[in-house]
Amino acid sequence: MRLGRPVTNSFSNIAMVGGVEKMTSRTTPEVTEFLAMASDFPFEQWHGITFPGLYALMATVHMHKYGTTEEQMAMVAVKNHHNGALNPKAHMQREVTLEKAMSSRVIAWPLKLYDCSLITDGASCIIMTKPELAKRFTDTPVHITGSGHASDAIGLYEREEFTTVSAAKLAGREAYKMAGIDHHKLDVAEVHDCFTIAEIIAYEDLGFCKPGEGGTLVENGLTTIEGKIPVNTSGGLKSKGHPVGATGTAQAYEIYLQLTEQAEKRQVDGAEIGLTHNVGGSGATATVHIYRRE
Amino acid sequence: MAEAHPFTIESFYKYVSEGKLMAAKCSRCGTLHLPPRSMCTECFSTDFEWVESGKIGKLLTYTVIHVSPVQFQSMVPYAVGILRLQDGLNLPGMIRGVKPEEIKVGMELKVDFDRTLPSQWPVWPRYFFRPP
Repeated sequence: MRLGRPVTNSFSNIAMVGGVEKMTSRTTPEVTEFLAMASDFPFEQWHGITFPGLYALMATVHMHKYGTTEEQMAMVAVKNHHNGALNPKAHMQREVTLEKAMSSRVIAWPLKLYDCSLITDGASCIIMTKPELAKRFTDTPVHITGSGHASDAIGLYEREEFTTVSAAKLAGREAYKMAGIDHHKLDVAEVHDCFTIAEIIAYEDLGFCKPGEGGTLVENGLTTIEGKIPVNTSGGLKSKGHPVGATGTAQAYEIYLQLTEQAEKRQVDGAEIGLTHNVGGSGATATVHIYRRE
Repeated sequence: MAEAHPFTIESFYKYVSEGKLMAAKCSRCGTLHLPPRSMCTECFSTDFEWVESGKIGKLLTYTVIHVSPVQFQSMVPYAVGILRLQDGLNLPGMIRGVKPEEIKVGMELKVDFDRTLPSQWPVWPRYFFRPP
């Protein structure tokens, strides 16, 4: 379910934008089948390629080309579970050790259970309005200062490169340009970690590090809550959960909490500028938004 | 020819059932399209001809699926990958006849055709990759 109309035009003054997803009433193979329907038909679906499979295909090349390791991917899970344990609205509020993540069962090699986001029930929404009306409802509005969107071929095999999500890179560039900033100005980011490799690729696509250095970025602890650029303070799709339709605005909600100093135990000190990065399919579509507190 | 086999994915799979790997070649700029399209993405021409693609390629990437959709559960674990064919086309598909631990990025594989259609759903003509 998606509600909302653009509030930048005169059609609407206030809009609620949100999503709902109910996933846990189905078995894992059933959910795997339903999710796979968002991939290329028939070339990917008729050959048994799943969503973990598509991101595994990206991970294999990332490992081969850049030397990214399974341990570095597991470190994304350890970090995000640590953050999720601090989030009372997360699906899985508990820490995992590197050993546990590394020894979990294989879903689509090289991705293991703890490399995959959760099958979650959830709902989220945000209220959007024009800047001149916002003060009627809150003393602490958060402004959307940048917005970018781009699309690409739906089939992974049709894309030039498998180690980057080009649509996210383009969307990011557009959002940074509109906001008049670069990544150095960001205080906090929520990225689409549907799989641990996806977070590593997001670091690279958003300019947090050079292509191929995403694994090192997480290994060096630069994306923890105390790090240089805290990523997925909510726990991310990995630990907070991934109720697909609700994920986009849930990311915006976490940034809202951070920029209004309501994130409690996972608060990033003095956060003023935040970013959300959301990907559809294996990279067929991506949106990036930049937010700033008053 | 064009009437018998319009430039659609359905036609591509009809060719697969005949043991042929066919791509649509733009008659104007020569770009090869797999899957076939109704319009060339390079020059917007709508004139195509079918050309048979070479069957040998190099493996660009692969994975081994352990948790599958319902209809593939009897096959797990199975390997899938993306093959770069000699004429530059990419094709995703299952890899058979190699142990998962022996699959390597860059290895040479050949497109082959499965003539035995499974008795239960999903039923379709399949191609797959195997060592040459």
